[in-house]
Amino acid sequence: MATAASGSGAEAGGSPILDRRLVFVTGKGGVGKTSTAAALALLAARDGRRVLVCEMDAKGSLATAFDTAPLVFQPREIEPGLFAMAMNTEDSLREYLRLFVKVPLLGKIGPLARTFDFVADAAPGVKEILAVGKLCHEVRERHYDLVVVDAEATGHIVAQVGAPKVIRDLVKVGLVRDQTEWMLAILQDPAVTGVAIVTTPEEMPVTETLTLLDRLEPETGVKPSLLVANRVLLEHFDRRQAAVFAELDRAHDVLTAAAGRGVAAVLAAARIIEARRQNGERHLQRLRDEAPGLPMVVVPELFTRATGRRVVTLVADALAHELQLVEAG
Amino acid sequence: MARAAARPRAGLTALLAAKEMVLVCGSGGVGKTTAAAAMAVQAASEIGGRVLVLTVDPARRLADALGVGAIGNEARLVPPEAFTASGVEPRGELWAAMLDTKAGWDELIRRHAPNAAVRASVLANPLYQNITGRFVHSHDYLAMDQLHELHASGRFDLIIVDTPPSRNALDVLDAPGRMKEFFGSRLLKWLTLPYRSRLFTAASKPFYQVADRVLGSRFLQDIAEFFILFQAMEPGFVAHAREVEQVLIDPRTTFVVVSTLEAAPTHEASYLARALRARDMHLGAIIANRVLPAGITSKASATSARKLAALDSGTVQRVAVAVGADPDVVGGVLHDVATQFHDTAMVATREAERRAELSALAPLLVSIPLLAGDANDIADLLEIAEHFDA
Repeated sequence: MATAASGSGAEAGGSPILDRRLVFVTGKGGVGKTSTAAALALLAARDGRRVLVCEMDAKGSLATAFDTAPLVFQPREIEPGLFAMAMNTEDSLREYLRLFVKVPLLGKIGPLARTFDFVADAAPGVKEILAVGKLCHEVRERHYDLVVVDAEATGHIVAQVGAPKVIRDLVKVGLVRDQTEWMLAILQDPAVTGVAIVTTPEEMPVTETLTLLDRLEPETGVKPSLLVANRVLLEHFDRRQAAVFAELDRAHDVLTAAAGRGVAAVLAAARIIEARRQNGERHLQRLRDEAPGLPMVVVPELFTRATGRRVVTLVADALAHELQLVEAG
Repeated sequence: MARAAARPRAGLTALLAAKEMVLVCGSGGVGKTTAAAAMAVQAASEIGGRVLVLTVDPARRLADALGVGAIGNEARLVPPEAFTASGVEPRGELWAAMLDTKAGWDELIRRHAPNAAVRASVLANPLYQNITGRFVHSHDYLAMDQLHELHASGRFDLIIVDTPPSRNALDVLDAPGRMKEFFGSRLLKWLTLPYRSRLFTAASKPFYQVADRVLGSRFLQDIAEFFILFQAMEPGFVAHAREVEQVLIDPRTTFVVVSTLEAAPTHEASYLARALRARDMHLGAIIANRVLPAGITSKASATSARKLAALDSGTVQRVAVAVGADPDVVGGVLHDVATQFHDTAMVATREAERRAELSALAPLLVSIPLLAGDANDIADLLEIAEHFDA
């Protein structure tokens, strides 16, 4: 059954996803990263945790998901126990300088930060470490029980979570180098940091997921923890029903006489959906085969007319059910 | 020329016949790569001439579909047999190339380095490899750069570029401008001042002190050395970026925005369409991809679905006889089909709304229906192309 969680037993790393302290949610563009990250954060908050959810790419889709005003660097409590922010490397640098370097030029930091931003743009890993460093800082300071990150897409996530490692390898001295050590300790501990990869049951998202799985741990030392198959069309015919469905055309005349000329369109719609489902199932099977041992939860296609906060609720409900199954082993 | 023989047709094929460069944009996961390949196949088979599709497809499935095996930075001819195997006699030639960022950068360095010493130093610089991957959105810039190079080479009549997935679709449009800006920036000039005199530049002192503490002077020096090498290439890079930028507003260039009719991609597509107009760039068409058939939203089908959900036992019996199955199973299936139809119809209604929203933004809106499978060969791509002029 497509609804059954297909993970093989306990989750890799041994601790359920919401019991971690820092969870990155990634996936190919367009697969539903943001709604998944929002739903995970919502679930954790419902459980009574103090949660921070952070959007990394400043596109504003997290605010849209929660139907809330645009997010800024300063976290805002958008629901009880649920705080949301948007990453901004300039603000992160400002905070960093204030906390660690104790620079006495806070008033003039604007132009400085802009200049720094330019270096950060060009120098490998600097921009990323300002972002990831902020997240790790929140974890280390225990401001929240859980930090959920609506992270970069599969193509960029390695650079993002791998930044401390890149910096450690490239930078020989300096404050930043010293700080890579504690960041790495947080990021590379699978009981503390998790990576959830979201995919839809389609070829390219599955392929990108597999590519990311090949690169993530070797290049960053961060372990993947969970696959989220999103917008999955659930199987609803057993074999006998499927056989009947395949033959329904033979009853076309009877059906049209009884239900009218719209029958053809109704059957055509059902055939499209069924073919899509079978195709999707093939791609998910490939994912299961090539990523054995990594638990997978399935979020069904919602068929809802709603967008925004309502979708987050529906995804959270589906995830709650699935995570229970996976985590029960 | 084969192009002159093209039959004038309305729709997307006519657009392809009228332009020389097509940039295919849209948010991630909407089917840009497949749409670009379908346009290229359509142009090669219907319009003729030499057509090139520049793709970023990492799955290489399209390379397989086109029958060219592994494609690299070098354009490869799609064997005519790949067309004939799909029952088509192409009027022109179809070529395919894959955007390779690393190779593209190495090529830029080779072209713009003033001498062999600079060239060798840059290519051997440890920061170079690390930087090229993310430097000023280099994917976007390289896609534009390759388009410009290929067009200027005079080898092709039509070039279709499948733009790379980026965080923001506008990055593609702004990439050449940013490259110019970077070379003109005070930062680069400052970074590349001789190390010592920089220490005594009063204006840069606070920055230097902070940067030194945070990043370490050794790292700063590494960066500076790299940029000193890079600056030697400035004249070439800047002049070139200016040319590349012209490609975007060239009257022979058009943009095709691809989107599904889901909420987020539609939003992104309309944002992109407006941005193109604001920049005086030519939006030729919007492709609405994976659209449910229009018949689903008809009143007749809604009525039929309602009736199917509540068929009398006599009718179910007759259907069971027709398909040769147990009436209980048949009843269950029909009920299921009818209920599910309600879900599908609701999605289709939403799609129709979004389709209307997009069609107001472009001179042409093309709908490609939701297909059961993936495009695996030229016949599949041509099947998609059949909807271009509907």
